Amino acid sequence: MTEFEVPVLSIKNLNKQFGPGCDHCRNPEPLTLIKNYCSVCGTVYACRDVSFDVYPGEVLGIVGESGSGKSTLMQCLYFDQETTSGEAYISSYQNGLNNLFEESSQQKRYIRNHLMGKVYQNPLSGLRIDFSSIGNIAEKLIAAGSRNVGMMEDRGSELLSKVNIPVHRRKEAPKNFSGGMQQRVQIAKALSNQPPILLLDEVTTGLDLSVQASVLDLIKSLQREMNISIVLVSHDLGVIRMLADRTLVMLEGQVIEQGLTDQILEDPQAPFTQSLVHSLL
Amino acid sequence: MINAYNFAFFDEGSKREIRRATLKAIALPGYQVPFASREMPIGRGWGTGGLQLTLSLIGREDVLKVIDQGSDESVNAVSIKKLVSDTTGVQITEHTSQATIIQSRHRIPEVPLKKEQILVLQVPLPEPLRYFESSEHETKKLHAEKEYSGAWLMLFEQIMKYGSMTTGADHPVMVHGRYVMAPSPIPRFDNPKMDENEALILLGAGREKKIYAVPPFTRIVSLDFEDYPFEKESFDGKCCRLCGSEGVFLDELIDEATGEVYYQCNDTSYCYEILNKDEKAGVN
Repeated sequence: MTEFEVPVLSIKNLNKQFGPGCDHCRNPEPLTLIKNYCSVCGTVYACRDVSFDVYPGEVLGIVGESGSGKSTLMQCLYFDQETTSGEAYISSYQNGLNNLFEESSQQKRYIRNHLMGKVYQNPLSGLRIDFSSIGNIAEKLIAAGSRNVGMMEDRGSELLSKVNIPVHRRKEAPKNFSGGMQQRVQIAKALSNQPPILLLDEVTTGLDLSVQASVLDLIKSLQREMNISIVLVSHDLGVIRMLADRTLVMLEGQVIEQGLTDQILEDPQAPFTQSLVHSLL
Repeated sequence: MINAYNFAFFDEGSKREIRRATLKAIALPGYQVPFASREMPIGRGWGTGGLQLTLSLIGREDVLKVIDQGSDESVNAVSIKKLVSDTTGVQITEHTSQATIIQSRHRIPEVPLKKEQILVLQVPLPEPLRYFESSEHETKKLHAEKEYSGAWLMLFEQIMKYGSMTTGADHPVMVHGRYVMAPSPIPRFDNPKMDENEALILLGAGREKKIYAVPPFTRIVSLDFEDYPFEKESFDGKCCRLCGSEGVFLDELIDEATGEVYYQCNDTSYCYEILNKDEKAGVN
């Protein structure tokens, strides 16, 4: 059992603020902010003191209303944004001893390319829409050091068929595809270098229900097959219920509740979580 | 020589600024150094980058050769030669081996360069990642982080679409294991000539305001894949119809009346040199 006790990804006291902050809002008294916004200097505190661990093969769900800092958190994890303060460790990187946020931008690039995959809510952010689908997958493989066309083409085709994209359309650009197909190409791309950590940011939002179901099904089966750890952000409790083992609830940039998904959904403690669960149709 | 202008057209301050950028470029092989590209009496895109390099470097003792796509006599080459010679009075030559500065558009001469020589190449698009990433801000970051998947991805896409790498010219190269560089639109045939070259190679992009360099004896590797190695254009079994040379870059010409295809040296001065040598030896 000991090997399960080491988290693959560990986040400690992550803070992200937009704006300089002032004496008024740095005051720890909770009443100085309007939600997470300082009315004096206009600073937005998007993530406040967020800490969590992700264990091997675990799916961690993050829920919260829009504007609660979920996506900002994901962007910080994938180095799309600089964090204001905080620490992150990956067990397979330098034995989990180096704080990822303090690494050089080259090293961050290495971590992104070799140890992580991310699926964005909008396929346009994660794909090169004018390049071929197989090229999109190859991009991640090239970045991870592959220089063999045959190998990349085989791997790309294998992944595309896994995500139910007909192999004969592999040389087509994702701009010709439907939203659901684009999303599946993005998933294939994120999985191409077999990352130990996959970040999913609202992957099914905007897809119709049948496509949603097939994308979720796909993620679930791939996750089981490859034993990937996933951080899954969604405002859709249905998605969380289906995929996540453990769930964090975020409100105004803070984690207000965390626990097993069933526990959170059946017996929510925080008032916000209660209203969230009760508003579930 | 026209005395109304300063020597080599530019004022000394301009020359110094360009030379300073050039020195930085030589110190960082393959790195694109921004410089304040001057307004020139020829249009941007017609070799202003190369011309500014030439003018900033040239001294009274220099011997200049200018080539345009292998030809010493095309309009562009002639105009540039005229401008430099009118404002400096330096000697102009067509012989590659006699020149100290060779300004060239899209070719490296067939005659191997020597260590006393400087090759100045005119560059239209200095950024090898431009097609992949349109923002300069982003490409600068990619260079800084040595993140060149985009350059390989472009080649990968060509293989997917056409079955082979289809860069006719400007095939990207890795300079000294650090920066990926656009070698200017020289044919792939000329890429290997850059590797460990004895001469200093300077590249100037006037419109894009960049100078970069390949110092002598720098390792230049053309990008490729394990199973799709870099190949230069092949002229196997073909030779120049005028001088009979093989193993040089040949132009394919088609006689429109007869439809006959024939080949001719692209480097005209090289072709003349061979012809003249043969004539002296009494071959023809």
